[in-house]
Amino acid sequence: MRDIAIVAYQQSDSVAKAGAVNEVELIMPVLARTFKQAGLNSAQDVDFVCSGSCDYLQGAAFAFVSGVDALGAVPPIKESHVEMDAAWALYESILKIRMGHADSALIYGFGKSSPGELPIVLSQQLDPYYLAPLWVDSVSLAALQARLMLDQGMITERDMAEVVSRSRRNAMNNPHAQLSGDISPEDILAEETYLSPLRKSDCSPISDGASAMIIATVEQAKAWGLPYAVVSGIDHCIETHNLGMRDLTDSVSTRMAANHAGMNTGKVDVAELYAPFSHQEIILTRALGLDKETVVNPSGGVLAGNLMMASGLSRVGEVFNRIVKGEAQRGIAHATSGPCLQHNLVTVLEKGENA
Amino acid sequence: MANLAAVVGIGQTKYMTKRTDVSIAGLVREAAFKALQDAELTWDDIDAVIIGKAPDMFEGVIMPEVYLTDALGCNGKPMLRVHTAGSVGGSTALVAASHVQSGTFKRVLTVAFEKQSESNAMWALSNSQPFSTHLNAGAGGYFAPIIREYMRRSNAPYDVGIKVAVKDRLHGARNPLAHLQKPDITMKEVEESFMLWDPIRFLESCPSSDGACAMVIANEELADKASKPPAWIRGSAMRSEPTMYAGRNLVNPQAGRDCAADVYQQAGITDPRKDLDCAEVYVPFSWYEPMWLENLGFAPEGEGWKLTMEGATSLDEGGDIPWNCSGGVLSSNPIGASGMIRFAEAARQVRGDAGAHQVEGAKLALGHAYGGGAQFFSMWVVGSEKS
Repeated sequence: MRDIAIVAYQQSDSVAKAGAVNEVELIMPVLARTFKQAGLNSAQDVDFVCSGSCDYLQGAAFAFVSGVDALGAVPPIKESHVEMDAAWALYESILKIRMGHADSALIYGFGKSSPGELPIVLSQQLDPYYLAPLWVDSVSLAALQARLMLDQGMITERDMAEVVSRSRRNAMNNPHAQLSGDISPEDILAEETYLSPLRKSDCSPISDGASAMIIATVEQAKAWGLPYAVVSGIDHCIETHNLGMRDLTDSVSTRMAANHAGMNTGKVDVAELYAPFSHQEIILTRALGLDKETVVNPSGGVLAGNLMMASGLSRVGEVFNRIVKGEAQRGIAHATSGPCLQHNLVTVLEKGENA
Repeated sequence: MANLAAVVGIGQTKYMTKRTDVSIAGLVREAAFKALQDAELTWDDIDAVIIGKAPDMFEGVIMPEVYLTDALGCNGKPMLRVHTAGSVGGSTALVAASHVQSGTFKRVLTVAFEKQSESNAMWALSNSQPFSTHLNAGAGGYFAPIIREYMRRSNAPYDVGIKVAVKDRLHGARNPLAHLQKPDITMKEVEESFMLWDPIRFLESCPSSDGACAMVIANEELADKASKPPAWIRGSAMRSEPTMYAGRNLVNPQAGRDCAADVYQQAGITDPRKDLDCAEVYVPFSWYEPMWLENLGFAPEGEGWKLTMEGATSLDEGGDIPWNCSGGVLSSNPIGASGMIRFAEAARQVRGDAGAHQVEGAKLALGHAYGGGAQFFSMWVVGSEKS
């Protein structure tokens, strides 16, 4: 199989409300910076384009069609779309390169969560006959999950507050972060609960924004003369939708994906985990068996800003950034979808030449 | 360069207006189970599931793969959801094939569906967009002016669309799974049906259907061992262009022409009318047959309608290049599945498994889907032989 390299990654600032900008205006500045980083002009300079978005964030069918308007797809391009986080668009693009139908690809994800009520919107991804009519929102389900862990003595509220505190402090070094600051666990614990046992700070914020990435075969990356990180493994697994059938305090599918992706064949210097709630970072860290050798969410993670449909791709981008800066040799990125971490993807990245 | 892959199992539901007897999960499971039965496999033999459907608003379920995991036996496996508008059924098949052609998986299940009776597609296609003009036109209202422009450019007689509407329904009458069963349909009946979006009459339009289509795609080693003949994937291509741009040819879109050229080149096709034995092409409104005959290179520009009128695309008239022997989108339209049905029906033909709508001795067939404002295209060529 062909070795695949990441050569460019950019994201917009994560903002609470992007205002009146439409999807094209959200995406185009990010694409422009991504092309510039790779020394390319437009989507015409890559062999394949794949994006991730969700119609229900826009509130109208075909969110991705307007996205195509940001690409300059004249003459026509090879292009596809997943109604999933763009981390899965990365996955589809990697298959396309592996099969030899492309040597390079542009991947982007975008979402404007601010116009709607995201937790309520996400309730409509539940079983439409038995669960969706109850309008159980995504925060309430996560609160049940956290309560399970607290009641079983697997975590304390202080453990959760420490995750938030570290996220806020790490995010002080992330220029795109929406929430950052020198906030202690005590400060968090002093907050009122929101949906018990969760405090607002335990939940990722509602954010608008986009991110984009360019990947290529290692040969192509070398020909472009760009520093790169190699995708040494990528895999994903989904679990049952029936919450009562899953051990919500563990993430079996994350562990399976990490094993298939080859995470355990070497040291993990850095891990970016898509944990929309503080206790989920603990679930993921434990499921993956990460120890003190691994720096978890140095960007602040999605508690510092959660670009729906792009955050999973951004986790990969954050690890890429650290590898090309020389801060890490090897790292993993995680993406998730569905209620209470139902579907999980793990990417393993390693230092390439020139990085 | 891509690894060889082939369709080794196909399953479809009976297409109809309302499947009130099954849930969405029941619908997709029915098609998937039939595909497994056809391939003589079980759920455990599947390495990954790739699912496609048109906009989530058609059923009102966001990212339905999350809920359909259990119905498709996908627990502990990878599951990917493709959405590329009307072309999605085709694109989903291509993405599924790439799982195998990349050497990453040995055997995957792909499913596309729409349960239109759960919601209202016309509404879902017509609600206002936050930042653009509200058309409130649905698909027919969008395509009608493009069809009128084709009629003006080609000087085609007014009854070409009527002929296609009759021909595809006669084909559909041979296919027990087709939604519309109209074995006695006449030109007069179509002509007298009411005008929906001038020049598109009611009977020149596709129906609104519930249904699902599934395929099992396997690598060369496993396909060689399959109990029934495999349909080898000989070429695959996708193209997209923007909905609007200066100089865009809406009647004969560049993206469609480029996509066809790409897939023909891979399959070694130089003259599609001669080299292919049949084609399953996405024709939701009757006039799209002559338009796509030209776009796909079966006829010179402006002359596609002549093939239709000569009966070249008709199984009943013994045409040399039958189009949509299954009855096509004009006979069954579970939107998100319609593209995959084209791909699967092309595969059925080269497997010699198309029953009463079989083209005798079919060895090479085209599957085609398009979507959006005729801007997203996906195609594959399947053959009874590997090369």
